[in-house]
Amino acid sequence: MINFILKRLGFAALILVVLSAFVFFLFFVAPGDPARMIAGDKATETQLVQIRTNLGLDRPIHEQYVSFVGKALQGDLGFSYRNQQPVTKLIINRIPATISLVIGGVIFWLVIGIPVGIMSARHPGSIRDRVGQGFILLGLSFPTFVLGMLSLYVLYFLPKQAGFTLFPAGGYKSFTKDPLIWAWYLFLPWTTLALVTAAIYARLTRGHLLQVMGEDYIRTARAKGLSERKVLFKHGLRSTLTPLVTQLGADIALLLGGAIVIEQVYGLQGVGALAVQAVKNQDRPIIIGVVLLGGFFIVITNIIVDLLYAVLDPRVS
Amino acid sequence: MAILDARNVSIRIPTEDGIVHAARDVSFKVEAGELFGIAGESGSGKSVLTQAIMGLLPNADIFGEVLFQGRNLLKLTEKEKRAIRGAQIGMIFQDPLSSLHPYYTIGSQITEMIHTHENVSRADARKRAIDILGRVGIPAPEERFDSYPHQFSGGMRQRVMIAMALVLNPPLIIADEPTTALDVTVQKQIIGLINDMRRERGTTVIMITHDLGLLSSIADDVMVMYAGNRMELGPSRTLFREPAHPYTAGLLNSSPANYTPGSDLVPIKGRPPSLLQPPSGCVFAPRCSNFMDICASRRPPLRIFDDGTQALCWLEGGPATPATVKSQVAAAPETNAGGERERVIVARDVRLSYNTGGLFRSGKKLDVLQGIDLDLFKGETLGLVGESGCGKSTLARVLAGLVPATEGSVTLVGRSIASLNAAEWREMRKRVQLVFQDPFGSLNPRRRVSSIIGDPFRIHNICSGKECKQAVQRLMETVGLNPEHYNRFPAEFSGGQRQRIGIARALALNPDLIIFDEPVSALDVSIQAQVLNLMRSLQKELNLTYLFISHDLSVVRHVCDRIAVMNKGRIVELANAEEVYRSPRDPYTRTLIDASMHPRASGDTAERRLIKTIPGEAA
Repeated sequence: MINFILKRLGFAALILVVLSAFVFFLFFVAPGDPARMIAGDKATETQLVQIRTNLGLDRPIHEQYVSFVGKALQGDLGFSYRNQQPVTKLIINRIPATISLVIGGVIFWLVIGIPVGIMSARHPGSIRDRVGQGFILLGLSFPTFVLGMLSLYVLYFLPKQAGFTLFPAGGYKSFTKDPLIWAWYLFLPWTTLALVTAAIYARLTRGHLLQVMGEDYIRTARAKGLSERKVLFKHGLRSTLTPLVTQLGADIALLLGGAIVIEQVYGLQGVGALAVQAVKNQDRPIIIGVVLLGGFFIVITNIIVDLLYAVLDPRVS
Repeated sequence: MAILDARNVSIRIPTEDGIVHAARDVSFKVEAGELFGIAGESGSGKSVLTQAIMGLLPNADIFGEVLFQGRNLLKLTEKEKRAIRGAQIGMIFQDPLSSLHPYYTIGSQITEMIHTHENVSRADARKRAIDILGRVGIPAPEERFDSYPHQFSGGMRQRVMIAMALVLNPPLIIADEPTTALDVTVQKQIIGLINDMRRERGTTVIMITHDLGLLSSIADDVMVMYAGNRMELGPSRTLFREPAHPYTAGLLNSSPANYTPGSDLVPIKGRPPSLLQPPSGCVFAPRCSNFMDICASRRPPLRIFDDGTQALCWLEGGPATPATVKSQVAAAPETNAGGERERVIVARDVRLSYNTGGLFRSGKKLDVLQGIDLDLFKGETLGLVGESGCGKSTLARVLAGLVPATEGSVTLVGRSIASLNAAEWREMRKRVQLVFQDPFGSLNPRRRVSSIIGDPFRIHNICSGKECKQAVQRLMETVGLNPEHYNRFPAEFSGGQRQRIGIARALALNPDLIIFDEPVSALDVSIQAQVLNLMRSLQKELNLTYLFISHDLSVVRHVCDRIAVMNKGRIVELANAEEVYRSPRDPYTRTLIDASMHPRASGDTAERRLIKTIPGEAA
């Protein structure tokens, strides 16, 4: 097991190096002069040369890359072109909002999606199945931003017009200051994210559960005289955990790298919002930083998912 | 007293295509302590019947009554049924791998059974589970308690299933094809175990199987089902010697075990009816060799004979053809003394090993083939027999040139396959063809039969368009398919017909050699006989050479001139078919032959008399 983890970690490092190289060189292929972006339109040629020398932009590309990697390993990802703040610090400031969003969202969508999937799969073809399927269809076809705008309108704007505040319009409040305020501010983002994603989990649960409930070992469980409840939860659901974990790993990794739409709709200052700003401003150090962070999360969650496989499925060793 | 008494059970299963009449008016009685056999081909309703009785088919509509120890199982509430399942009636299923939950240890799956029905401590349950595991022959049960199903072999898994069914000591056990998925030697052990256990504990066993031979040696009473109907019911002594129903007789006649090797089998013609619209008269009428006009129009009466045999048939005195046709004229076994005959395959010291390691690990070397020497002469059929994992299919792939051998040489029709270049391989492919086991999996479901059979023509640029269509239709006719079904998809054909499609495709390029990899294993016995006959007649007509791979000794003995017995990657014995059968030299061959024999209960059968007839349309 230790061997396996070390091997996977080695792989992960390799992937991150390749990713960093890819993004870094992309940076140079892209049009535009970083020095000019930093200095603004009115900068003189001397100022530009000055900036290039300071940033090392006048050195050969591979040298720049090596120094970039060397610094990155020490946690230094360079400085934002815009406000000269260190990229690492900028990103770290944004992480709590993103993590808060993801944790709550995951819990919400699992709590909604899996039971809907189970309900649907238990009585295929019944009214309850149709309701479940309707939920799935609705969730899958509703764009996140539409649902976000809608809930803002109904739960923030309308009450506000009526003279009271049901939910805030958005923004992020620190968990450490007041957990209740934190949750109150995040409630709408959570439910929006959850409703859309829960549909995927409901569909996944339904599909796998239907398949598993047709397996021979389920027949064996019934032939033992187990109650249908036990057959479903102990024997059926146990086997659908593996695909759910796979999906969950991929989703969490993706969102941690930036839940762009949700953060935009609710004005959450998370990693996704940072990425959007950086792209708008052509702030390349930040873009590189966010991409590497996303890659890091994906690699790490993949390792965790693989380890969970070994725990969940005794056939994997 | 009868422990299980099923009266006029009918089962209808609503599906998207309509109502499936899975069972119709089936009655049987199982006496306490006996082994009751239910035989029938796939789709006969034998499994559905028992599962419906157990309440495991929630969607089915079940009529009639099933008395278990005096209580009607069909009228019980769900809770009462659950109390009976497992504790009163244990079940053993066909595939022990898929029937055990892969994520739980075998110990926990057995103790779960105990905890469901009895209020005992965990330690007690564990003790009982270990005890029963030991009794069914799991070595070191204490340690294996915490093993997962995938850590056991097929036979051991079935022992676990048996242990699970027995642990609460239920009075009745239903074993649904308990040995079908197992190798023949393991099969024998499992059957022996079930038999021992029932004698030791006085358990009644209902054994469902498609293998009549198996029942003939152990069953007390046998019920033969066909298309949801109970065709014949009677003591196994008489049923196998003197079947009262033409279907039973036909089944026995289809089994190569009942023939002199090399003779033509007498198959049941046609195929089973659709259960969506069962025929109004006798369901077997369209295939029956004793067909009378009345059979097609009116439901046959129940004939009851004085020896306890009952048959659903218009015939009064049983079928006209004798059941066993041992006296059939045997084609003289051609024991050509090798010598000058042309060799199609010459294999010398063929070895094949795989490395099991991954990209980063250097794993163990797995020797699949360990020095195979083999000659295949023109026009003969060589049988390759062995249990799963012995390397017989791998050897076929090596001989066909699909997998390169690690060491050794293979010469195909005079050319060493190692020396062939790509163009020469294309030529060679015309001369060697393969037919695979699973007629369902080995045909692309999205392609029309015409394309499948015509592929060889196209690939080798032999003909196209109209010419090709005609060639395909000729082939379809050769293998006994209706050429008008040219444009159909594989799904529209039955298993036997699909295997004919596979054979037609193999024949397309007039090959010298056809390698059959378990060609009839997936087929029912009556269909199997049809395909075996086809293979024989094609061989005679076209002077083909066959390499025939099978695990079924009776089939191999029937069709092969010589037999090679494989065990663990080696050929342990190779001789004329009869020689291998009569005087096997290798101990492994002896075990194999021994395991495949089903001695029949002996004893004289008195002339049976018809004592009662119950008209079929009475109800």
